[in-house]
Amino acid sequence: MPPESAIEIASVSHSYGDRRALDKVSMQVPSGRICGLLGPNGGGKTTLFKILTTLIAPTSGTAYVGGCHIVERQREVRRKIGVVFQTSSLDRHLTATENLIHQGHLYGLRGKELQRRAALLLELFGLGDRSHDRVAIFSGGMQRRLELAKALLHQPEILILDEPSTGLDPAARRTLMDHLHELREESGITTLITTHLMEEADRCDLVAILDNGRLVGMDSPTALKRTIGGEVLTISTANPIKLVEQIKDRFEITASIVDGQVRIEREQGHAMVGDIMDAFGEKIESITVGKPTLEDVFFSLTGHQLGNKSTVGLAQAETMR
Amino acid sequence: MSKTSAKASISTTLLAGISLWRRDVIRFLRQRSRVVGALGTPIIFWVLLGSGLGKSFRASGGADGVSYSEYSFPGTVILIVLFTAIFATISIIEDRREGFLQGVLVAPVGRSAIVFGKILGSSTLAVAQALLFMVAMPLAGMTITLSAVFLSFATLIIVSVGLSALGFVIAWRMQSTQGFHAIMNLFLIPMWLLSGAIFPVSGAAGWLGWIMKVNPLTYGVAAMRYALYGGSVDRIGDVPSWSVSLAVTSGFAVAMVTLSAWVVDRRN
Repeated sequence: MPPESAIEIASVSHSYGDRRALDKVSMQVPSGRICGLLGPNGGGKTTLFKILTTLIAPTSGTAYVGGCHIVERQREVRRKIGVVFQTSSLDRHLTATENLIHQGHLYGLRGKELQRRAALLLELFGLGDRSHDRVAIFSGGMQRRLELAKALLHQPEILILDEPSTGLDPAARRTLMDHLHELREESGITTLITTHLMEEADRCDLVAILDNGRLVGMDSPTALKRTIGGEVLTISTANPIKLVEQIKDRFEITASIVDGQVRIEREQGHAMVGDIMDAFGEKIESITVGKPTLEDVFFSLTGHQLGNKSTVGLAQAETMR
Repeated sequence: MSKTSAKASISTTLLAGISLWRRDVIRFLRQRSRVVGALGTPIIFWVLLGSGLGKSFRASGGADGVSYSEYSFPGTVILIVLFTAIFATISIIEDRREGFLQGVLVAPVGRSAIVFGKILGSSTLAVAQALLFMVAMPLAGMTITLSAVFLSFATLIIVSVGLSALGFVIAWRMQSTQGFHAIMNLFLIPMWLLSGAIFPVSGAAGWLGWIMKVNPLTYGVAAMRYALYGGSVDRIGDVPSWSVSLAVTSGFAVAMVTLSAWVVDRRN
């Protein structure tokens, strides 16, 4: 396999009994990139995370991490990756330093060198003055930073994170992403991060979109948004279903309903605002024009929204027929 | 695998195991309630049983002139070991639930490090607490001798490893601590009740006697009984011979450790 791919996934499928969680997913993550794995909960992100971190073996297909086969050379893969889980893997009864020292021992590090490295990482993540406090009294953001320090302790080539911002406020989330960018600049580490948050995916170099176990698209956020092109009109109204029909009759445009709002994708969307207001002005509460977001990309690729899938799916079905 | 990498693999497993062991001991000392639970409960059992049954106890298989407090002392030591092993292995379920275990499972060490660390941690705590309780031997009318301490120490290690490994095998696949409590009440406590700890095998009805004879813990309690008297057999009463007791107890420990290593290596 080519050395420039840090992660190479070839036709990986995985089933839990009858339920197919991943369906022939193939993708590559080039070295030194931050790759986001975007998808709704239950889309297959966590299953792929578990396969790449060697926690489970795929039902079929193969994957290489850092050039090593994930099943045949499991031990080497484990040494090359740093892992951050969705839920805490810290021991709350131990101090920050004790957690890192223990982690180091699991990776064969010891003695002075380990202590030096632990202190360095605590300093780097702004936990230097809290190193002897027990993790139980840390805030959510501090715990996440300690998780990151823990994952980086053995100087992995590849960092794999599963929804690392779960439970964090927006400011702490931004700090986390800042850290990932800094790390990439300094050490050229490759990062794979699963997320269901647009703003997080937006800050990745590459975004792979997973839906129902399938990879439906992968490119840079800019390139993905370019595929939609133009602008997105979002209209708030009391009766969106009726408005969609009326817009179709009048302008021969297919509009859709997302989150109870009417959406229109057009090359020159802003030029339509006047026409629509003239025709249905009294029914419209608000109308906004925006550039496409990853949310729009996701919607156009999958036909449903990232978040509350079922309700949108229903509204979709109603408007389509 | 080449010789050097096999050596490296053993030393990383050792390092990881020792680290896990240290963590368990530190955690134990930071959670006071666990000390009370593991040491306090058996002592209360012993005091209450000794005071309540003292007068009415006539051990058919016990030696003459042995008070109930004295008779039940070795069993109480074993109960301390059992409780400590139970609490220590319940921590595996907590480690899994709280997420700590997931970090260990993706580390480049064999899972045998987890078995090694947990059993060593649990055994350390069990042996330490049981030895501490031995200070109370004079209260039961027993004399603390040097040979008693040495033999008890050795016996406690074997019994602790066996019971800790048994707890590990039960806890490894469990998702909730409630499940473990059910097993504890339905299986582990009866196992202790039927070990000769509180009444001798010869005093039990036929079928119960048979259960007691196949119960491996019967031999653990018997071995403990010999050890606490420093090898002197005058006050032992009617129990399996020392060599048989030690052989069965050691065999049980080896079997349970092997079983632990096996369950932990099976893929989810």
